[in-house]
Amino acid sequence: MNAPTTDILKQHLIDPVICIRCNTCEETCPIGAITHDSRNYVVDPAICNGCNACIAPCPTGSIDNWRRVRRTEAYSLDAQLEWDELPEEQDVGDDQAAPVAGADFSPPPVDATRGSVVAPGSASRPAVNVYTLRQPATATVAGNFRVTEVGREYDTHHVVLDFGSVPFPVLEGQSIGIIPSGADARGRPHHARQYSVASPRDGERPRYNNLSLTVKRVTSDHDGQPVRGEASNYVCDLAKGDTVKVIGPFGSTFLMPDDPATHLLMVCTGTGSAPMRAMTERRRRLRKPGDGRLMLFFGARTQAELPYFGPLTQLPKDFIDINLAYSRTPGQPKKYVQDLMRERAADVAALLRDPLTHLYVCGLKGMEDGVMDALRYAADSHGLSWKELHPRLRAEGRLHLETY
Amino acid sequence: MSIDYSQKIPNNVNLSSDRVLQRALESWQPNFLDWWGDMGPTGSQQHDVYLRTATSAEPGGWAHFDYVKMPDYRWGIFLSPQVQDRKIHFGEHKGEDAWQEVPGEHRANLRRIIVTQGDTEPASVEQQRYLGLTAPSLYDLRNLFQINVEEGRHLWAMVYLLHRYFGRDGREEADALLERRSGEEDNPRILGAFNEQTPDWLSFFMFTYFTDRDGKFQLCALAESSFDPLARTTRFMLTEEAHHMFVGESGVSRVIKRTCDLMKQHNVEAPDQVRALGAIDLQTIQRYLNFHYSVTLDLFGADQSSNAATFYNSGLKGRFEESKRQDDHRLKDMAYKILDVVDGKLVDREVPMLNALNEVLRDDFIRDSVAGVGRWNKVIEKAGLPFRLTVPHKAFNRQIGTLSGVHIAPDGQPMSAEQWNANAGQWMPTEQDRAFVASLMGRVAEPGQYANWISAPLVGINKQPMDMQYVRFN
Repeated sequence: MNAPTTDILKQHLIDPVICIRCNTCEETCPIGAITHDSRNYVVDPAICNGCNACIAPCPTGSIDNWRRVRRTEAYSLDAQLEWDELPEEQDVGDDQAAPVAGADFSPPPVDATRGSVVAPGSASRPAVNVYTLRQPATATVAGNFRVTEVGREYDTHHVVLDFGSVPFPVLEGQSIGIIPSGADARGRPHHARQYSVASPRDGERPRYNNLSLTVKRVTSDHDGQPVRGEASNYVCDLAKGDTVKVIGPFGSTFLMPDDPATHLLMVCTGTGSAPMRAMTERRRRLRKPGDGRLMLFFGARTQAELPYFGPLTQLPKDFIDINLAYSRTPGQPKKYVQDLMRERAADVAALLRDPLTHLYVCGLKGMEDGVMDALRYAADSHGLSWKELHPRLRAEGRLHLETY
Repeated sequence: MSIDYSQKIPNNVNLSSDRVLQRALESWQPNFLDWWGDMGPTGSQQHDVYLRTATSAEPGGWAHFDYVKMPDYRWGIFLSPQVQDRKIHFGEHKGEDAWQEVPGEHRANLRRIIVTQGDTEPASVEQQRYLGLTAPSLYDLRNLFQINVEEGRHLWAMVYLLHRYFGRDGREEADALLERRSGEEDNPRILGAFNEQTPDWLSFFMFTYFTDRDGKFQLCALAESSFDPLARTTRFMLTEEAHHMFVGESGVSRVIKRTCDLMKQHNVEAPDQVRALGAIDLQTIQRYLNFHYSVTLDLFGADQSSNAATFYNSGLKGRFEESKRQDDHRLKDMAYKILDVVDGKLVDREVPMLNALNEVLRDDFIRDSVAGVGRWNKVIEKAGLPFRLTVPHKAFNRQIGTLSGVHIAPDGQPMSAEQWNANAGQWMPTEQDRAFVASLMGRVAEPGQYANWISAPLVGINKQPMDMQYVRFN
């Protein structure tokens, strides 16, 4: 983990005073996190992954409400269904890391306030929602490999899914949803979980109709309490030959530019590396002289926990500039990706100066403030104005954030 | 699935690959623009309006906001993404592949469904064309224009289907959609409610709440269609329709809020006293509600209809939320209760459900409408006032079907024509009511300011500040 853990949840809520119960959000939600009764539309905090797909389609603005709550005191569905109006924001205390100046509260994943809501200019057109909960695709597991060293607290897998003759077009940066088999304690089917694709568009194995995922087995919750993540354990335990139900693909902005002259500045932690792996591999396969530069900042607690450590070190130095940050190496000071970015500020700034540079940030929410601050620092300390550059990056589809 | 804006007609259906179709639509386009110039919002062609334009048919692309002159709005053809291997899920073809082309035997019925839906879109623009002159704020003016351009786009959606799938008669129908006129005696719009006037903003809010909600339910039923292009087209239209209902629900709610605030502030209750304060009394709001609700109920058609049965059976039009219902989706042996009139009294009568599908959809609409009226009542309740709005009985003021010949009070009591005539003025807006409401209408063009009879909205459009200049008059 790259940032201090927190037990504060930014809970997604719908304002019942403004909501007109039009069902657009429920229809839009790719993972079925929104439900309703005759009174209210509500978001299930156990399912919502903050993908924000519901935000723009909402005609009223009622959907865009967030409350900081202690995770253990999140408003339940039953409580939300009873509301006539939203509760006041509670004081949950400040047991987070010291807040970064100016870092306002903002909703998770595709960060529309800070990041682009349009794809890079030269990105390919993505297919989305080709397979839905109603009509999922079936894939066969072609392989399942551990990509971290064996450890007590971490176990990350590289899972290859083969779609046979079923078309499942994905682009680097997109994600898919997996529906775990079986049912929960109340006999209802499990909810789908979303995973970023870790392989390039032409397949984990080129020209095969397959793709790969990077999945970390969840064994504890945000408070460190033991909990068994239904979907991640299901995926990590899949054996070769098993079949799985898949929906998606999802995502139409966090995409790579197809122009080979563009530069990619990638920042990630843990399994947030999946889209970076996909983009890097795409560039590696097409590599030719004169291509743009690749720079990667990748954080994990220790080297043993860093997915794909071995393969990463095999990549040529003149192809990609790799910077690894470890926050829990015994006897070493904690180092986060943003610390490394500050150390490399001159090189980061050189990339920021170039209009061909595209930025990608993926991983834990906790790193986002620090990364944005490091970018600001790199720009402002090298004669660029972040205040002017940031909106330009956003508008031109060159700054993409996906944190959870 | 991004929308190709480099084309003359923005689209996500790869229009440039079909030159004949592209040329046909490109020759319809100037006629559409002429119609917009003649019958679109009056005196507004040069305004810069803060409008929402879809840049892709996916959730992230539905809401791109910018200032646009309405004649330059990028009307185009947008379908929701195709669902792979979609199957027909109701009627006698249940389980078969959805149709990508029109089956010959359903051609006439499908064309009729599409033309009827398509006709309502330009009709409502025509009905609303003078409202801009009396908008109670820039925020409301912008919302009106947003609705108008989106109704225009819905016309495009239907015209695309007519041109693409119905050959020559489809093109003729597309032309006729621009020739009929709302309220014109010689060449009126197809459905009754779309020939009524929308003379003031309370009517407009009621219309968008009730009548656009009929649109929602019709679109929902068509989004289930076995004819896949129609299903995909209407699914995307629904995303836009939701905004129209928002304008209606929040608009009426804001009128009620303002009335209640003034009643509390001045400690008055009688309608005359409320009117003297320049607000619309709750009783008048109730009468407007009764009128728009009952007129809209008629739009669902006759309570028993063999056409409705045919449309369902052959898979052309499903029920609201068809796929969420737990039955056999064929309905052959099922019954449904409808209202009948026996000896001047209302009675329930069971009929085959297939024949009662208009009634099924009407009842779904009623449930949805009632819920919103309940939310309006919360505003009154919060103000501590005893008045409550209600929807009238389903049989009140109906002009179509079994109930057209009877006189039924809002509470469901049958009565004679004389009794009805003596009381109609308590239940439906009178000339005096309309004249009073009209007297309040006047344009408010200061950013952040609102007419005296309506309160400010709770949030701005697209999270913009409330005093933003949503329309620049130039």
